[in-house]
Amino acid sequence: MRTDPYRLTVNGRPVEVIDGHAGESLLFVLRERLGLPGSKNACEEGECGSCSVLLDGDLVCSCLVLAAAAADRDVATVEGLSDAGGEVGPLAYVQRAFVEAGAVQCGFCTPGLLMAVDALLCEEPDPDDLTVREAISGNLCRCTGYGRILEAVDRAAAMRREACS
Amino acid sequence: MSEVRATQTRGRTRPSGIGESVRRPDAIPKVTGAFAFSSDLRHDRMLWGGTLRSPHPSARISSIDVGPAVAVTGVHAVLTHSDVPGRATFGLEHLDQSVLAGDVVRYAGEPVAIVAADHPDTVRRALDAIQVEYEVTEPLVDPSRAETATPIHPDGNLIRRIHLRHGDPSAADREGLVTVEGTYEVGMQDQAFLGPESGLAVPAADGGVDLFIATQWLHVDRDQVADCLGMDPDLVRLTLAGVGGAFGAREDLSLHVHLCMLALYTGRPVKMVYSRHESFHGHVHRHPARMWYRHHAEPDGTLVRVEARLLLDGGAYASSSGAVIANATCFAAGPYRVPSADVDGVVVRTNNPPCGAMRGFGAVQTCMAHEAQMDRLATALDMDPIDLRLKNALAPGDRLLTGQVLTGTLPVAEVIRTCAEHPSAAVRSDEPMTRPGGAGRTADADHVVRGEALAVGFKNLMFSEGFDDSSAARCELRDGVVTITCACAEVGQGFVTLIGQITSEVLGVDEVVLAPVETTGIGSAGSTSASRQSWMSGGAVQKACEEVRAAVVARVAVTHDVPVDDLVLVEGRVESLSGSVSVDLAEATAEPLSADVVYRHAPTSPLDHDGQGDAHVSFAVSAHRAIVDVDPDLGLVRVVELTTSQDVGRVLNPVQAVGQLEGGAAQGVGLAVMEEVLVDGGRIRNASFTDYLVPTALDMPPVEIAALIEQPEPGAPFGAKGIGEPPCISSTAAVVGALRHATGLELARVPVRPADIALAEAQAGVDR
Amino acid sequence: MTIALTLDDACAALAADPTATVLAGGTDLMVQVNRGDHSIGNVVAIDRVPELRGWTREGDVLRIGAGMTYADMADPGFGALAPALGQAARTVGSPQIRATGTIGGNLATASPAGDMLPVLVALDAVVELRSSDGERHLPLDEFVVGVKANALSAGELIVAVRVPVLHGPQEFMKVGPRNAMVISVASLALVVDPFGRTVRVGLGSVAPVPLRATEAEVMIGGRIDWEGGRPPTAGDVDRFGQLVADAARPIDDHRGTAAYRRHVVGVMARRALVRAFGMVGEEAA
Repeated sequence: MRTDPYRLTVNGRPVEVIDGHAGESLLFVLRERLGLPGSKNACEEGECGSCSVLLDGDLVCSCLVLAAAAADRDVATVEGLSDAGGEVGPLAYVQRAFVEAGAVQCGFCTPGLLMAVDALLCEEPDPDDLTVREAISGNLCRCTGYGRILEAVDRAAAMRREACS
Repeated sequence: MSEVRATQTRGRTRPSGIGESVRRPDAIPKVTGAFAFSSDLRHDRMLWGGTLRSPHPSARISSIDVGPAVAVTGVHAVLTHSDVPGRATFGLEHLDQSVLAGDVVRYAGEPVAIVAADHPDTVRRALDAIQVEYEVTEPLVDPSRAETATPIHPDGNLIRRIHLRHGDPSAADREGLVTVEGTYEVGMQDQAFLGPESGLAVPAADGGVDLFIATQWLHVDRDQVADCLGMDPDLVRLTLAGVGGAFGAREDLSLHVHLCMLALYTGRPVKMVYSRHESFHGHVHRHPARMWYRHHAEPDGTLVRVEARLLLDGGAYASSSGAVIANATCFAAGPYRVPSADVDGVVVRTNNPPCGAMRGFGAVQTCMAHEAQMDRLATALDMDPIDLRLKNALAPGDRLLTGQVLTGTLPVAEVIRTCAEHPSAAVRSDEPMTRPGGAGRTADADHVVRGEALAVGFKNLMFSEGFDDSSAARCELRDGVVTITCACAEVGQGFVTLIGQITSEVLGVDEVVLAPVETTGIGSAGSTSASRQSWMSGGAVQKACEEVRAAVVARVAVTHDVPVDDLVLVEGRVESLSGSVSVDLAEATAEPLSADVVYRHAPTSPLDHDGQGDAHVSFAVSAHRAIVDVDPDLGLVRVVELTTSQDVGRVLNPVQAVGQLEGGAAQGVGLAVMEEVLVDGGRIRNASFTDYLVPTALDMPPVEIAALIEQPEPGAPFGAKGIGEPPCISSTAAVVGALRHATGLELARVPVRPADIALAEAQAGVDR
Repeated sequence: MTIALTLDDACAALAADPTATVLAGGTDLMVQVNRGDHSIGNVVAIDRVPELRGWTREGDVLRIGAGMTYADMADPGFGALAPALGQAARTVGSPQIRATGTIGGNLATASPAGDMLPVLVALDAVVELRSSDGERHLPLDEFVVGVKANALSAGELIVAVRVPVLHGPQEFMKVGPRNAMVISVASLALVVDPFGRTVRVGLGSVAPVPLRATEAEVMIGGRIDWEGGRPPTAGDVDRFGQLVADAARPIDDHRGTAAYRRHVVGVMARRALVRAFGMVGEEAA
């Protein structure tokens, strides 16, 4: 069953989805119809966080969002982190911190974690260890054991604070 | 997108030398989302593939009717066993597994048919429409019955037995020894990489096929795929697509042949992506193990003899079971001097899910058992468990259970001592969220008890038993630009960073181009497994760079009439020590230079009838100390801190090394307290991340690194040992040891389930 | 696909096609869709209906909109009125799930492991249902009728759930083998109504539907010193734990055994009671 065309705003740009199938998740539409495969497909049951995006500013699993039901909403993906237009510009603080801290190994969890950490730091610029751990507890990483990721969150928070002061 | 996105390993890296925390060249594309994992690939006119799997662990297929599936609009191909163009079977050690099941299925999840269609929904409907009639037969699910049961496969139910006999068999036949005995069990662990199996096959104009795939070993995949397609290997070209973790689960074929069959049949590119549920059925797992042990020691703690019976469940197909049982057997007693041993290691075939490679590869299972035995022995001797381990610690010059004399470095005592002596940073937090049970708010402070234990792990590096283990690399220097070609699969471990570091170290350049990782134009790099790539492909890259370096120097020596010995390569120039010559490397290599090398480690021998022989190249040892909090009434656990020391030879990249140690420890924690593929009657009951639980950031404690012991390994490039596996070997044993310490319970099985603690505690309460 | 912007829209769309799938947070439904277990036909999305969001207090009744997310329930103002619901909401899934999953969805899914359900059953919650034909109210135990089965009629929508504002302590506890993001193996809610002089206990994941531990409630209600405020004795606490464990009707499944579930609800009951009242007297046997 096909859906009627619907619009989304992705990383600040309006897009139209034509000829979608009824059950397609936002994750599928981003990856397979809109050419934005940065959000990842690790479990497609909301248990790993790899597909995390911001939907109208809320951190959600895009695999659990029915794409057509998100019509006219704002979606922010990893591709838009470094600048609002979605072009690869200078890295955002969280991205830089992940690179510098060695928080990236295979990288499959990375986009979702970046979105989660970015959302956290927007809300809480100076989080303590437990707050960080709880905020990323929905993002599984199988390579790092989280050590370098926690280090990256500290670095990103410090960079942001420095930039703001 | 009209073409396959470039694989990320093609690109430049700005490295610096060995021993520095150089950043990964692929980190930036990975943080921007631009890095193309195998599931991210797209192609014009692309179709989607899917797999129909057997719901039964044991059945005869009486008929398959693909007609209703073919009739579904949008379906382009429905293929079965009879459509396999070449050899019908594959396998790493034995060709015992069918590409698509013919008349028999031997595990629940075995592929039976494949489909290509215009959309994943269409694929799903087509798979549902295929009519397969099964005559269900009684599955063989108990590995202890396998050897006597009717064979479930023409190759028989015994995959491999190694009966290792070492030293004087009567060593323990005397009075006055202290003997401890125990039976242990390890559950089936899943690698649970995050990037599910996926790939894209594109039919080529020359009749061949290009396969973009996430794998650990391109060339062995290529050879198997070509055989199954009945095609010249040159016509089957594999390119590494971005790999979302591996940990052993990508050493066997999964969807490779299926994708190529569908692409060749339809004449169109085909993409396939496993769901998480399918992934649990689509790759091998860590072998479940049942292990009986008896240790004999002098009253002063000196080990006299170790006896063990190891039974590993290989599941339906052999995969790499033969090598896994060899490791389990050879390292059954841990890194200790054991003058006499009898270890009967057996791996059998059952109708359970197939098992094969996973990080630690046989040593994880036995470590959990031998370390429990060492603690038990310490208790029986009334001796400090650290002292007992130190007293028996292996050292260079000692013999292994296999009779092999340790000739390389093996700082067992140093590893134990530094780990044990490292001060703990663990504090008791008042925050309820940090207690066992976490978010569930079940424990108050007075419900929690703390325990601590140390464990030591021991394993070989690289392939053993006479395997001709090699890696090929090419270094090309043109106009001052170095290009490295090597088919080593980057699976997240960071070899892409090491290539740059090695090249920079040898050639004095700060920029290296990494050629695409593919089967065309370069030989095999071997598998990214067995902690072998830093040594093997690192060695190949080093040697290729050294040959090119020698050629450049020779050329400049001739053109500038200076002795070869007077020339060095620094910062992109060839300079003489005397200062008379300084040539831009670009100028010196306007006429390109290149070197192709195949690197091999020292040869090894097969094990003989008694499991004796110089079967291994090199070894590594690690220790973990775990501190755990337990809520005994509920059986809930929180690992509070891990401290580790590891024998690394030499640290090549400190940040990457820490990443391996932390990540490996997390997998060890998972096996200790939560991770198990639950198999009931041959069927997996928890094939999802909802029910197969891996540690979250709230489960994983800080990992304190007490020491990275740097004793350069003779023969190893830069003296460096592989470091990937040890962190997940001793961590499990340490955590379960700490749980025993906290609870006083036997806890002879991992993962330790809450009920194992809570109901045992409740029973003990009644008994008291 | 209807994206309802008002409650009337939603009811009208459901009246037009009573077989349509209602989509709220999507955290349960989409799992099934992605697995291929649920084929999406006509959908009525209700996540933008303002009448379903938020909560209101009318006297001592708290009316919780069905579209209230678990994250919304972390609001301290809400937590002060229904502490156990706030605690339970924090244990649901991950931050991502809590941002979208709703209390109405938890009710509609009616899973034995639904984290809100033991709290709602302990609170004697009433579910407000609406259709184009009108409105009806069902007590929770009439709404959840079996494993993933509810009393919704075709074309009917969960609009809100009403719970009393009690003025006593409340506790929610949940056992799972991971410290976060875990499905409950067993859970327990204990709420105290000091004016009604009752202690009420709801149990999750130990029966096809959320259970009350009635016998335990009656026993402990009679033993509490409501006037003087003297805590229950260790013997009372133990007896209470035993009766709560006896009330469970658990099964063995891949997440835990019946024996373990029965055991842990007893432990949780004792702990919850002690957290609520403290304890005096001899050591527990």
